[in-house]
Amino acid sequence: MRETTKTKILKDAFIAAAVTAVLTFPMVGMRLNVESTGLVLHKNFLWPTVAVLVVFLARLVLPFVLIPKVSVPAAWTQKAVDYKKWWLGAFVVLALVWPFTPLGSGAMVTAMTMAMIYILLALGLNIVVGYAGLLDLGHAAFYAIGAYTYALLNLHFGLGFWEALPLAGLSAGLFSILLGFPILRLRGDYLAIVTLGFGEIVRITLNNWDSLTHGPDGINNISKPTLLGYEITRRSRVEDGTTLWQALGIDYNHIYQQLVLYFIAFLLVVVAAFLISRLVKMPVGRAWEALREDEIACRSLALNPTIIKLTAFSLGCMFAGFAGAFYAAFLGSVTPASFEFIESAIILSIVVLGGMGSQRGVILAALALTLLPEFARGFAEYRMLIFGAVMVLMMVWRPQGLWPASRRRVELPS
Amino acid sequence: METFFPQFLQQLINGLSLGAIYALIAIGYTMVYGIIGMINFAHGEIYMIGAYVGLVTLTAIGTAAGYPPWLLVVAALAIAIMVTSTYGWAVERCAYRSLRGSPRLVPLISAIGMSIFFQNYVVILHSSRDLSVPELITGRLFSMDMGGFEVSMSNSRALILIVTVVLMVAVTLFIRHARMGRACRACSQDIRMAGLLGIDVNKVISFTFILGALLAAIGGVLIGLSISKINPFIGFLAGIKAFTAAVLGGIGSVPGAMLGGALLGLVETFASAFLPTEYKDMVSFGLLIVILLIRPSGLLGRPEVEKV
Repeated sequence: MRETTKTKILKDAFIAAAVTAVLTFPMVGMRLNVESTGLVLHKNFLWPTVAVLVVFLARLVLPFVLIPKVSVPAAWTQKAVDYKKWWLGAFVVLALVWPFTPLGSGAMVTAMTMAMIYILLALGLNIVVGYAGLLDLGHAAFYAIGAYTYALLNLHFGLGFWEALPLAGLSAGLFSILLGFPILRLRGDYLAIVTLGFGEIVRITLNNWDSLTHGPDGINNISKPTLLGYEITRRSRVEDGTTLWQALGIDYNHIYQQLVLYFIAFLLVVVAAFLISRLVKMPVGRAWEALREDEIACRSLALNPTIIKLTAFSLGCMFAGFAGAFYAAFLGSVTPASFEFIESAIILSIVVLGGMGSQRGVILAALALTLLPEFARGFAEYRMLIFGAVMVLMMVWRPQGLWPASRRRVELPS
Repeated sequence: METFFPQFLQQLINGLSLGAIYALIAIGYTMVYGIIGMINFAHGEIYMIGAYVGLVTLTAIGTAAGYPPWLLVVAALAIAIMVTSTYGWAVERCAYRSLRGSPRLVPLISAIGMSIFFQNYVVILHSSRDLSVPELITGRLFSMDMGGFEVSMSNSRALILIVTVVLMVAVTLFIRHARMGRACRACSQDIRMAGLLGIDVNKVISFTFILGALLAAIGGVLIGLSISKINPFIGFLAGIKAFTAAVLGGIGSVPGAMLGGALLGLVETFASAFLPTEYKDMVSFGLLIVILLIRPSGLLGRPEVEKV
């Protein structure tokens, strides 16, 4: 190695170490804390020093170590196995069977039901972000609209879950059309900021419109879904109504109710996944993907970009509305605090992590991101920190996601 | 109607000092957008980190040590500028540089990830509670009685206005006359051509991020001193509002960002004077949507031409 290269590496290492020092010493090394005497500064320079040393050594050593390039086996990239069928079958069987194994505790079933809600939300967002390539940062707003639609219909008109479900999807879809129609004519990243603003507007409205939404307290006592017309609560809400348990002749047990809710959530996910996988194969779905790849080419082929984007946006938001209605029924109460920006960010990171435009990836990522915190309670504090870091790292190293969709491609004969 | 004029004057003062902060942050958004065409979503968090570094510096020196307040303010500003611009540079280097040339969505998602990361980074380090910033700049520049209504301007607000005006003039002159400023303008016109003509594009982009972070850090320290309360979530809202200001003025245009910041500050203070305070934030979001509907290129921006 030439002398100049060596000094350059040394210089680089020094610069990197200095930058790390500036970044970490004042922030990580000195922490502010509120104590009875006022603001107190705790100094602990151990970690910053370690960080500086690690960066320095890494920058010194790395150029000398040849990092072997991992070559991906050809079978992975070219679609050698049609693994679509097995992952679908495995997912359905596993989801149906596991609650009856020793794993199926009450807490676990509840966690899995929440995971199903996130899958539903992420599948909806996947249409918008993954297939149509529009960044939606306010998905939680449509989730909230769905939830409040059901809550209000139930409160004022006594509508049950199954009657309100289509209406919740419809109202979320309608709001998205009202918002999307003017905005979708604009460049893609404006949509991101506008949906973000819309998310905040919805949350602030829910928080402050006391006469309609009961403000920060939210709406309580929302009916649970019925199953085949029977109620699944301990006692029937209406007089001399029969519950499912009376009809079956078994004693009420809380876990049975949780199981029924879980299976309803699972049913919604299966229906949504099936519908979306069909939609993507329809002309409109092909148009979404074409538009994502090249808008100008699409326009010259006489496709109307605004209408196509609008179908993707409103359909995606409709699924968020369904998820919201189920969430309201599942918890029995809704509050504006459940629909903050961070929810939108979590749903987006699920889609990004799984692979934009890949349904199986999105399902896998939703399961991973909602169940991991259940197992790793100690990391709860670091959860969002890791979410943020994962989003950046995925974009830098693997923008196509963990389990990307296998793209259909036709090579032009040259 | 007696008190209308003094009230108007008071709101004008409040609105301009708030708008000055928005303008300082908006310049960072608009310059980055002008050159590489991405929304640097993490910019609001850079501003928040600036406020925290300022407070750490003040606490480390100690306000009881007997140094004159102006020296403390200068020290806080200097350290905050140094650390925060390093953060700005590092964000570009780690999270955006390798993504240049990929689809628009990719760097935007990376930026959102960076923003979530920084918010929680500060929450873990300094807790999510409100921290109070010592009141170093006390007193009022002027206060007058106008028909029973007191119109006043505190020294801290005056400082924000003066510093911002000085910085705006400096930035404008720099971009117009300095070598690096010319390089920035060249890159915002055509980055590939600028590279071909021998401009170090990487250096220009790094410089843009450093300049944006520097201005945001000054804004962060000054707002901390003025409202004497900071928490890790101030960056999110301020970032969106500054972005609104940049869009209002025409994104990509530096004078536009200044004008947009001032206008947004005024609109917000006047709105909160006449509407319930909870709806104050809604006004700026609503304004953003309306501008994008009526005039997406903003007040001073040029309409974007799509190139194949």
